[in-house]
Amino acid sequence: MALQPAITDLEQLQDRPEVAVLLARNTAAVKGAKFDRNELTIWVDRLALRDACLTLKNDGQLQYNALADVTCVDWYPREPRFEVVYQLFSTTNKRYLRLKVRLSGDDANVDSLTPMWPGANFFEREVFDLFGVRFDEHPNLTRIMMPDDWQGHPLRKDYPVEGYR
Amino acid sequence: MAHMTPTPVLDPSQDKTMVLNMGPQHPSTHGVLRLLLEVDGETIVRIMPDIGYLHTGIEKTCEAKFYQQVVPLTDRIDYLCPLTNNLCYVLAVEKLLGLEIPPKAQWLRVLMNELTRINSHLVWLGTHAMDIGAMTVFLYCFREREDILRLFEMVSGQRMMTSYFRVGGIALEPPIGFFDKVRDFANRFPACVDEYENLLTENPIWVMRTKGVATITEKDALALGASGPTLRGSGVDFDLRRDMPYSGYENFKFKVPVATEGDVFARYLCRVQEMRESIAMVRQALDGMPEGPIKADAPKVVLPDREKMKTQMEALIYHFKIITEGFAVPEGEVYQAVESPRGEMGYYVVSDGTAKPYRVHMRSACLANMQTLPKMCEGRLIADVVAAIGSIDIVLGEIDR
Repeated sequence: MALQPAITDLEQLQDRPEVAVLLARNTAAVKGAKFDRNELTIWVDRLALRDACLTLKNDGQLQYNALADVTCVDWYPREPRFEVVYQLFSTTNKRYLRLKVRLSGDDANVDSLTPMWPGANFFEREVFDLFGVRFDEHPNLTRIMMPDDWQGHPLRKDYPVEGYR
Repeated sequence: MAHMTPTPVLDPSQDKTMVLNMGPQHPSTHGVLRLLLEVDGETIVRIMPDIGYLHTGIEKTCEAKFYQQVVPLTDRIDYLCPLTNNLCYVLAVEKLLGLEIPPKAQWLRVLMNELTRINSHLVWLGTHAMDIGAMTVFLYCFREREDILRLFEMVSGQRMMTSYFRVGGIALEPPIGFFDKVRDFANRFPACVDEYENLLTENPIWVMRTKGVATITEKDALALGASGPTLRGSGVDFDLRRDMPYSGYENFKFKVPVATEGDVFARYLCRVQEMRESIAMVRQALDGMPEGPIKADAPKVVLPDREKMKTQMEALIYHFKIITEGFAVPEGEVYQAVESPRGEMGYYVVSDGTAKPYRVHMRSACLANMQTLPKMCEGRLIADVVAAIGSIDIVLGEIDR
C-alpha cells in the first residue's frame, strides 16, 4: 500500500462523476480538485456552496444524501486563511466526498447548510465558536463549546496552546 | 428607569409555558448535559440542549503533540469505548503514512473493538434501565462489564484508558492465557444477554415506558446526521463495519440488526442484538487468529523490539529518533470513519509534513445524535425525555471534546 502521488490536476479528474456533475452545473464554481489516498476533494466557490451541495444531493446517480461532518482548518499566516471542510456521504453508494471552501481571514463568511441539512447546526456552531467563521442564515449562531463571554477563537493558529493570550 | 416600570401582572391565559432547567448535574443526563425544557404543564413545547461543560480543547492539544502521543488523548474523548477511538485515529495516521498492517494486528484490533462495543453497550443498558426504574439490570450489566475491564487490564495494564493500539500495529503481544480468558467470557456471555432480555424485553413496565416513545422517522434521522443504532432503529440498514470495511472487518460474518419503529424500544432491541453479534465476532476472531508479527515493517515509524535494540546499532538509533523527534508524516489529509458503539466516529487528520499533526478533528457521533433529541421529545412528557436521552446513548466527553 505504498503511497501514490496525489492527482491535483482538474483536467485529469474531470471524468470523475462528482467533478463532472459540478462542472456541468457551473464551471466557474469549481476551483480545484484533488485525488489523494483514495479520497476525492473538490474546492468550490463560497457563493456556490449550497448550490453544489444541492446538485450532489439531488443527482440521481450520486445521491450524496447525508452530511457527515463540518470542520475547518486554519492556514494562518497564509491567505486565504480558512478552509471550511464538508464531508458529504451517500448511504446508497457508500461513498464519501470532501467539499472545501476557502475563506479569507478578514471576510470569513459562508452560507450555512443548516436549511438543507438540519444536522449541520451544531457542527457549524462549533466552527463558529472555535474558528470565528460565520455562517449566513444559520438559525442560532452562538458559541457552543466555550462560555458565552469568551474572547477569541481557540482553534485558530494564532491562539496559543497554553499560557496567556 | 427600572423603578418606574409597572410590576407585570401574571395573566394565566397568556403565560402558558414555563422554562424548566434540567442538568448539568442531573443523574439521568449521563454526565454534564444541560437541557432547557419549555413546558406546558407536563408537555414539552421546546427543548434546547446546552453543551460544552466538558470542553477540554483536545483538538487543540493534539496539534502540540507528536503523532504517537495523540493516542492517549483519544482514549479520553469517549471513555466508554477508548479502543474504538484509538483504532480510528491510528487508522487515519496509517492511511496518511501508507502503512500496511499485518493480519494478526488487524484481527486483534477487531477482537478488542468488539469487546469494547459490548463494554459500552453494557454501561448503556445498565444506566438506561436504571433511569427508567429497573435497578437490577444495572447490577447484572456491571458484573459482566467488570470481566471485560479485567481483560483490558490484562492486555494493556489499564482498565479504561487503554491506549493499546499504536501507529503501525499494537503495543504488546497479549499475555499468555489471555485468549483462554476471552473464550471463557465469550462462552458465558450469551446466557447473560438472555438474562437481561428476560428482565426487560417482555417486562410490561419497560415496554410501556419505551414502545412508541420518542419516535423519529428515517428521513428526520438522516437529515439530522444521526448514525449507529439511533439511525438503524429508524430503519436505515447501514453499518460502516459491513458497508465500508476497515481493519479486516471484511473477513467477519455478522448481521446488522435493524428495526423500523424508530422508538426507544427499537433502539434497545438493536443494541441488545448488537451485543450478541459482537460476541459472535469475538469468537470468530479467536478461531481465525492468524500467526505473525503484530507491528508493521516500518522501522522509521514503529519502535524496534527491545531485544533488537540491545544488539543492533541501527535499531537503537531509530528508537532514539522516534522517541525524541517523532516521525514525519507526508503532507496530506484523510478522513477515516469507524463504527463506534454510538455511531459514526470520524477522524479528520491534516498533515503538513512535520512530526506533529497540523489539525486533528474528531467527528463525534453523539454530537450529531444529540440533535435528534428535540425531534424525539417535543410534544411528549418530561418523563419521556429521560427515556430518550438514554436511548441515544450519549457520552458527554465525546460531544464536548
